[in-house]
Parts: sequence; C-alpha cells; structure tokens
Amino acid sequence: MAINTEKNSYTVIFAIGMVVIVGALLAYLASTLRPTITENERLEKQQNILYAMGINNNEGSSAVFVSTEVAPEEFQKNITEQLVLTVDTNGELLKTQSREEYVEEFKKEPYLIDIKKQKSAFKSGESRQLPLFVGSIEGKKVYVAPIYGKGLWDAIWGYVAMDENMVVQGAYFDHKGETPGLGANIKQRFFMDDFYGEHLLSEAGVFKGITVAKGNADPKNEDKTDNEVDAIAGATITGDGVTAMIKSDLKLYVPYFKSLKKQ
Amino acid sequence: MAKDSRLILDPLADNNPITIQVLGICSALAITAELEASIVMSISVLFVLGVGNVVISLMRNIIPSKIRIIVQLIVVATLVIIVDLVLKAFAYELSKTLSVFVGLIITNCIIMGRFEAFALGNGPWRSFLDGIGNALGYGIILIIVGFFRELLGSGTLLGFPVLGDPIEKTGLYALGYENNGFMLLSPMALIVVGIIIWVQRTKNKALIED
Repeated sequence: MAINTEKNSYTVIFAIGMVVIVGALLAYLASTLRPTITENERLEKQQNILYAMGINNNEGSSAVFVSTEVAPEEFQKNITEQLVLTVDTNGELLKTQSREEYVEEFKKEPYLIDIKKQKSAFKSGESRQLPLFVGSIEGKKVYVAPIYGKGLWDAIWGYVAMDENMVVQGAYFDHKGETPGLGANIKQRFFMDDFYGEHLLSEAGVFKGITVAKGNADPKNEDKTDNEVDAIAGATITGDGVTAMIKSDLKLYVPYFKSLKKQ
Repeated sequence: MAKDSRLILDPLADNNPITIQVLGICSALAITAELEASIVMSISVLFVLGVGNVVISLMRNIIPSKIRIIVQLIVVATLVIIVDLVLKAFAYELSKTLSVFVGLIITNCIIMGRFEAFALGNGPWRSFLDGIGNALGYGIILIIVGFFRELLGSGTLLGFPVLGDPIEKTGLYALGYENNGFMLLSPMALIVVGIIIWVQRTKNKALIED
C-alpha cells in the first residue's frame, strides 16, 4: 500500500484524524475514571486530616496513612466537630458555623472546601471560609486546619493540628511537583515530625508562625518556643513556601483561638 | 540474532544516551539527588520508551514527514497521560509518587531522539529492543549519579543512613566527617556525569572525538 505521505491534503487529514482519535480517547478515559479518582481524593483528604492528628500507621522513618478502608470510619470516630469559620479581609471573625449549618447552606461537606479557590477569592477581596476539624487525642482537644501555598514548581499544601494554645500537635505536608530528593522531602517524617510541639504564638501571645530556617543552630529541634524548624538542604524555596503558607493561612485562625480563651 | 543483542548492549556503554549522545541531561540533573528517585525515573522511562518506540514504529509508514515531530510528541504525551490517569484511579499511592516525573518524561529528549532516529526507520521488534536498551543505558547513569549524590550529600542510600547519624555524631561522623551539601545541588550532577564521561573515554580511546 503506497500512500503519498508528502501531499499537503494527506498531512491535513492525518493531523485532523490524529487529534480526533487522541482527543476522544483521552476524554473517554478521563470521564470514565473521574468518579474513582474523585473518591480517591476524598479519602486522601480524610487520611491527611487523620495523619495530622497523629492517627496513622507510621512505621520506622516512613509516613504511612491509615488504610482507605478504615479512613471514613476513623474520621467519623475521631473528628467530633467540623466547623467553618468565615473571616473578612481584615481577618475579623464574622461567624462560626457547625457542619450541619454549613451543609445546609452550601450543600457540601466542610472537609471538601477548596482551599485554593477560597484563597484566591480572599485575595480579590471576598470573605474566606476556613474549615476547622476538632477531635481529641487521649482526652486532649486538637484542632486541625488546612493550609495551601506555593513551592518552587507548583502547589504545596498541608494540614496542621494544634491545641487551644496554638501549639502544633502534628503536621502533614504534601506537594504537587517539588523536586524529588529535595523539596519533595517536605512530606517525609524527618521534616514533618519537627513541627510537633512548636509554638505558633510568641510568649506574649502574638502570632509568629513557624519559620523553616536555615542554620538555626538547633538541628535537633529541642527549642520548641523559637518559632523555627530546621530547613532541608537544597530546598530553600520550598521551605520558604511552607513558612509563607503557615504564616498567611494559620494567622486567620487566631481570632477563633482568642475567642476560645475568653469563654 | 547477534545484531539484535547489540541494540540492547550498545546503549549501555559505547553508545550511551547520556555520556555519548548527551541526551536526557536535564532529567539526569534534576532528579538524581536521591537513589530512589533515580530508580523510579529509570523504570518510568523504560516503560514509556519501550511502548512508544513500538507505537511509532507501527505508524512509521503513515506518518506525514512534515509533521512527524508533533505526531511523536502527541504519542508520548498521550501514553504518559493514560498511564497517569489509570494509576490515579487504581493505584493512587503509586501515582502520587510518580506525578512529579510525568512532566520530566514527556520532555525527555532521549524519548524524542529514539523515535526520530530509530523507530521511524525500523520494525516494531527492533524498535522495542532499541527502546529498552537506551532506557537501560539512561537508567544506569542515573543510578550511578544518584548513588554518589545521595551517599556523599546525605550520607544515606535509599533513605537508610549508611555512614552513621550526622546529628548524634556516630559512625563516620564521629571521626569528623561531614556531608557535602553541595552534592545535593544540580551542578554536582553535571560534574559526576562529567567524571563518568572522562573515565569512559579514558578506557575506550575510540570514543574520543577530534
């Protein structure tokens, strides 16, 4: 079969045919797999929140989630309250809704709130919904808040568990495309575990966040009140991204924690 | 056939895609800070290059030569996206590990290079062997570079501390040894690749160009 592949008409027809076939194939695959992928992402959010609270299957030095089979059950059991705080652009707390009130108004579970969308809407001057998951570990109340920011190449995000004094009780970080072996290590235990016990507030009660600091002369991370953890070598920009998302996102929760104190 | 075996063996040494053809350098610099990432990347490229070479080879008589590069790009991008989607649905954990490599695979010049130089002119079986051979040649260099960068940069291999604990000062560190943080940065990958090229050409003088 001799086709003249040099002819312009053939080239055009081939190009159109190829685009149609490839487009149809990818669209078909994407739409059939979409429900499974969404379900995976939903379970992962529950696993992330549970991980930050300290409910995980960690073994040795690697971070392991609870399995997807038990995640919904554990989530139900350990998260006693799901709140949605609404803050205006000045950081003033406008209202606090319970899960039931929120689902009624927005027809969506609080843990599925898209932090990225909330964050960009907040930048353009709208109020922001902040989910907060309340649970208890060994009788101690913990509050888990999601955070979102950008690293070197793409998005980074995480969940931080705190007690009512804003002392970190656990953290989980993840990323979309940080450099393997460098920035990607923010989701390794040696980095995440450093956050445990760190204070987000200064001694005077002013919000300072936690800085991922190079050469902070405390590599074993014994000083928990210095608002610093040790950075990963070769991952400066990703580390700065973690610092920035902790500062910008957790700061918005401060009025809520202040209001807890007054009660 | 003796000739077929050369397709696999040549790229491992005397016609290595990285050290001789100087292709795929960008990913060799980007992801070799850890041995594990090097291995994952090598396996991914092995799969994509093996399958991609066969697909291009099967299509070689109908691809219009004027748009062949775009067609090759579409084939490799489609393959990678399909694999990514299927993994996301059925092996979510694995897909998270691989997601950062997806972009690096699509833009890997070795893949386009082999499509263009080999698969367009050869049958599917020989193209498959050529793909496997080149991916292995690429993988070997990646693993050697990853081995030295992780060992000297972090004092670990595959995440296990092999030289002792740098903070508690045990093992080698007790003798005053320090990790070389510079090894974690990309320029050192280029220097390690350079040393491999030097060693290789010293052993086989026929490889030295004028």
